[in-house]
Formats: sequence, C-alpha cells, structure tokens
Amino acid sequence: MYPARFEYHAPQSVDEALTVLERYGDEGKVLAGGQSLIPLMKLRFASPKALVDINRIEGLDSIEEDNGFLSIGALVRHKDCERSDALKGRFGVLGDAAPQISDPIVRNLGTVVGSLAHADPQGDWGSALLAAGAQLEVASSGGTRTIPLDELFQGPFMTSLEPNEIATAVQIPDPGARAGGTYLKLERRVGDYATVGVAVHLSFDNGTVGRVGIALTGVGPRNLRAESAEAALAGAELNDDTIKAAAELAAEAAQPRSDERGSADYKRSVVRVFTERGLRKAAESAQAA
Amino acid sequence: MTEAAVETGAFTRTVTATVNGTARSADVETRLLLVHFLRESLGLTGTHIGCDTTSCGACTVLLDGTPVKSCTVLAVQAEGREITTVEGLAGPDGLSAVQQGFHEEHGLQCGFCTPGMMLTATALLAENPDPSEEEIRWAISGQICRCTGYQNIVKAVQHAAAQGKEG
Repeated sequence: MYPARFEYHAPQSVDEALTVLERYGDEGKVLAGGQSLIPLMKLRFASPKALVDINRIEGLDSIEEDNGFLSIGALVRHKDCERSDALKGRFGVLGDAAPQISDPIVRNLGTVVGSLAHADPQGDWGSALLAAGAQLEVASSGGTRTIPLDELFQGPFMTSLEPNEIATAVQIPDPGARAGGTYLKLERRVGDYATVGVAVHLSFDNGTVGRVGIALTGVGPRNLRAESAEAALAGAELNDDTIKAAAELAAEAAQPRSDERGSADYKRSVVRVFTERGLRKAAESAQAA
Repeated sequence: MTEAAVETGAFTRTVTATVNGTARSADVETRLLLVHFLRESLGLTGTHIGCDTTSCGACTVLLDGTPVKSCTVLAVQAEGREITTVEGLAGPDGLSAVQQGFHEEHGLQCGFCTPGMMLTATALLAENPDPSEEEIRWAISGQICRCTGYQNIVKAVQHAAAQGKEG
C-alpha cells in the first residue's frame, strides 16, 4: 500500500517548519512518529498535499521539569516515557500508561504529543493526560499559546489545533509532593485498543484529597473525564466509603457500547472496578512519596 | 542531526543510508515506504511484508539500532541513518549468536516472521544481554508468528543469550 503523493519537507527548526506549514494551510500535515499518520495515509484516509517532518528539529526530545510543569517534548517517544524516572511516582499515571501503548516496536517511534494531535477517541494518552490536568504547548508563526486538554479534543480525530500550528510539548502541572496515579487498561491482546482504560491522578493536601483527575478510555465517543467522581473526592478523606462512591460515579459517567470487546454492562462494571483499584494504588504511591 | 534527503523534484528525493554497514543510495518517490526501499530499490528481500498495517512486525528492521516496522516509516526518513536488515546479521565468521540460536532451537517453522524476530532479538540482547523469559516475550510482543511457534523463538533467544555469556 502506498500513500498518495505528497511533497516532503524536513525542516531543521520550528520556525522553518511553521513557515512551511503556513504555505500549505490545511493541506499540510506534521509528521512526528508517524505510527498513526502513515497508516492513515496508506489507507488513503488522509492525503495531505505536504508532510512537514519535524524529526530533524533539535530540542524537542526531552522530558523536563520547568516552571511548575513537567514538559514532554513533541519528539519524546512512548519508549522514552516507559523508561523515564521522571514519570514514576508523582506522575505514575503517565509512567504506567507508557508501556501499555500499542506494542514495543510502535513505542520506539510513536510520540506522546503526536498521539494527542491525532486525537484517536480510543487513545490511552488522552485519558492519562486529561486526568493529569495537562495542556498542550502550541507554536504558530504568530507566537505560542497553550490549549488545556479539555479544550483540545473536539471529537473523534478532531482537535482545536489550527492548520498552521505545531504542538511542541505537553505540559503537566506539578501536583505537589504527595501525589500519585496509575493507568489501568484491559486489552484483549497486545496492540489492541482498550476494552476499558481508567486513568487516576491524585494529590493529598493535609491528609485530604487535593486535586484528583479520573478519565476513561474506550467507553465513550472520546476520552471522558469522570467529573462527578472527581468532585465527590475533592477535599474529602480517602477511605473505603469515598472510594466506592467515586467508583460508582465513574461507572455512571461511562457511556459504553456493546461490541466485540464486551457488553456495555461489562465495560461499565470494569470502569467501577478499575476506578476503585486505581484510587487505592494512586493513594498508596502518594503516601509513599 | 543530518541534512534531509536531496530534493530531485516535487515528489522525489535521492536517499542515502548506511545499510548493513554500506552506504546505499537510490532515487525514490517521497511516498515510498522504507520496506519497499529495502526490497525493491536495494534488492534486499530478506525483509518481509506481512500485514502492511503496523500490526504483525514481519517487516521489522533496525533503524540506528532500534527495531521499527519498516512498512510504517518513509524511505526519506532514513536519510543519513543506519539500517540493519537480516542480511546484515551474519558476520565474517558465519551466523550471529541469534541466528545460531534460531538454528539450534528450531526457532522457525515457515520462516516468515523470522527476519523480524531475529532483529528484535538482536536489539534486545544488545541492550540486555541476559533477559528473563518474560523480558523476551515482552520484547517480541509486537510481532506475530503465524505458525504460533513462540516457544521455540523464546528458546532461540535464550540460546543466543547463553552463547553471549560464554563468549
């Protein structure tokens, strides 16, 4: 299978890449890891007139803490996240998600930021980063801006990124010293979409729950935040009763559909179990921090 | 960072990459996939095309030492980089430890997945010379053996690891 013809650009800087993108408008597409874009182009679901390959731009491949944020650059591969000490402990929701993305060979090339820009409604990073309260750092020839993840996903494979913009990093706010999280994924085989995925990220503030993020994969038209469950936990003491109540609320927030991966009832039940399990694991690692 | 491939037209480039230790060059369409560059432009047909959808891993090669599915990389992306295919595994003294392991442990039946499996095993052992069985299974979990011969593939990698320890 061959993609349709395209013009190919491999700029050496973000500025140069932005100049090229300006020229093509919505007919240009950014190539990072290519593990979603190239398959789409081979199937001719996508036929951009030009590809802007950002892989030769320096400085986009680091994970660093800066200015109250953990920043993951546009060329950081899933594999880098899998191996990063920075994504353990307080950012455990990300470190636990990384080895569950697709398969090990795809993880060698695919990028976190590219996954977000691709906006697959079944994507795992979408949930993990929604739960973590992340925002996308975006550059255009007019300057830079940030897009909260809640405002990024507009629908399946649709984002609020403009055609002349490049997502340069995803930024996760510092959750404080006592924080933890996890990503639980049920999949039928390596590389499959999640039957159900649940991301939990929480921080403690003087013994009670401070900020908590809970997001769901595979049980709706996009990555869903379980907002009612988050609200019920914020400021509360985390105990068996509040954990069970939050898990029920998360299950109610799910919008599962029956398909070959399982019935809607089954998936809702997994959301409840995973939310409960995820909260316990997140609390455990937060208290160990 | 290396320069991008030389532009020869709106949709064409001259790509030069080091393939199995030798500089190789070809004029290609920008849309040419790496697997077709290897098989058709360079005549290295040891790299197989299986599913063509990033699922099966039959087309796995090493790009700067890292396993990638060559049906999901563009040839132009390989400009200036090092590629290892199955043809590059054997050395002047014969089969590599991984190849010897597949030979000794009957790590193949039909042989279709074998080049990709051996390249992934080679990269694994370069990084982790003494992997556990679980680590081997994890490393090859992005590849499919249509004969379901996984037991012997794992044994073959273990055999190669043991050779490495002796050596």
